[in-house]
Amino acid sequence: MHEWALAEAVVTTAVKEGEKAKLKKITKIKVVIGELQQIDKELFKSLLQDIIHLEDSKVREAKVEVEFEEAVLKCRVCGHELSFSKSRKKLSSEEAEMIHFIPEMAHVYLRCPKCGSPDFEVEKGRGVWIESIEGEKEDGNDGCKIGSN
Amino acid sequence: MEMMDARLAVIDRRLENVKKIIAVSGGKGGVGKSLTASIMALIFSKKGYKTGLLDLDFCGPSTHTILGIERDLPAEEKGIIPPNPLGFKFMSIIYYAGDNPNPLRGIDISNAIIELLSITRWGALDFLVIDMPPGIGDTTMEVIRLLKRANFLLITTESKVAFSVLEKLISMLKELNVSIIGVIENMKLTSSTIYMEKISQRNVHFLGEIDFERELDDAIGNTDKLLKSRFARRLRDILEREEFKLEDESL
Repeated sequence: MHEWALAEAVVTTAVKEGEKAKLKKITKIKVVIGELQQIDKELFKSLLQDIIHLEDSKVREAKVEVEFEEAVLKCRVCGHELSFSKSRKKLSSEEAEMIHFIPEMAHVYLRCPKCGSPDFEVEKGRGVWIESIEGEKEDGNDGCKIGSN
Repeated sequence: MEMMDARLAVIDRRLENVKKIIAVSGGKGGVGKSLTASIMALIFSKKGYKTGLLDLDFCGPSTHTILGIERDLPAEEKGIIPPNPLGFKFMSIIYYAGDNPNPLRGIDISNAIIELLSITRWGALDFLVIDMPPGIGDTTMEVIRLLKRANFLLITTESKVAFSVLEKLISMLKELNVSIIGVIENMKLTSSTIYMEKISQRNVHFLGEIDFERELDDAIGNTDKLLKSRFARRLRDILEREEFKLEDESL
């Protein structure tokens, strides 16, 4: 499954950012997955845990938290806001699967329900992001957090 | 601090076993970039090199039409595995978009490129050939940003218009210290050497000329005919040049 490649990308990024911030140990990785990716939250969490356990590095004991972000699309032509969960019902399973692999395929298979345009902006809910990484500093400063909030 | 895009860090790892990356570019549309990239992938693979062809012209993908490749769904195995319909690995947006129009804006193009590069497992390759869209837009900037090892092969025609756009691309690649393999002058109709001279004056290798071939369109979709074309014969000679040798071959 291709989710594995994305989970591996999360762990690689966390290790890299942890090194940059001089963490001796990463204790927690908080990940956000956008609805457009159509990735099962629990499955992604268990993939992340599997990959983390394989890593012989500072990330080995890290806990993971996965959050889900609803996708909001806004039509650039008429300004209408589309909810992906509603629009998704009109897609065939094959079309939804194509968006699952490459979320930009939403512009191929979805249209604004008001004006019929494929020209909409994905305002929220696309991609796999690391919101924050928590860990212990090399200088003994525990409870360091990098990332947003 | 903003949220971190988890995909970027893994792109180098996905391409770590690729020996040489060649981005076929040139600025202007219609100069023969896709044909060069397609036939180049065929020639490399016939010569026994492990080859990949990546079509990054998302809004106008055409290498699958040139090569007669049918839509397929790439297998999944810890990522996606590019299908191998002609003796080399092939990846194009058409596997996901089919024959539908693909109306992507800049940010979408960037996101789709990053997604494809971070989930595609090319494995070990001698050459990865990338067919670039025209222009110095999002795709060119992403390839420069994300694929630091990419070498640009530039295609132009014997046209003032095409050449003026090519010159801008050369200026930008040079400013950013991006590797330029050289320039091929395609669809040659005269014996003029003016562009050869102009390119050499800019310290860019002039790799050769390929004559205009009226019958070439009849070969589209048929790899046997493509490989027998005068275009392919000439391209094969050009690909023998030192610039296309792998590091372990030029020793």
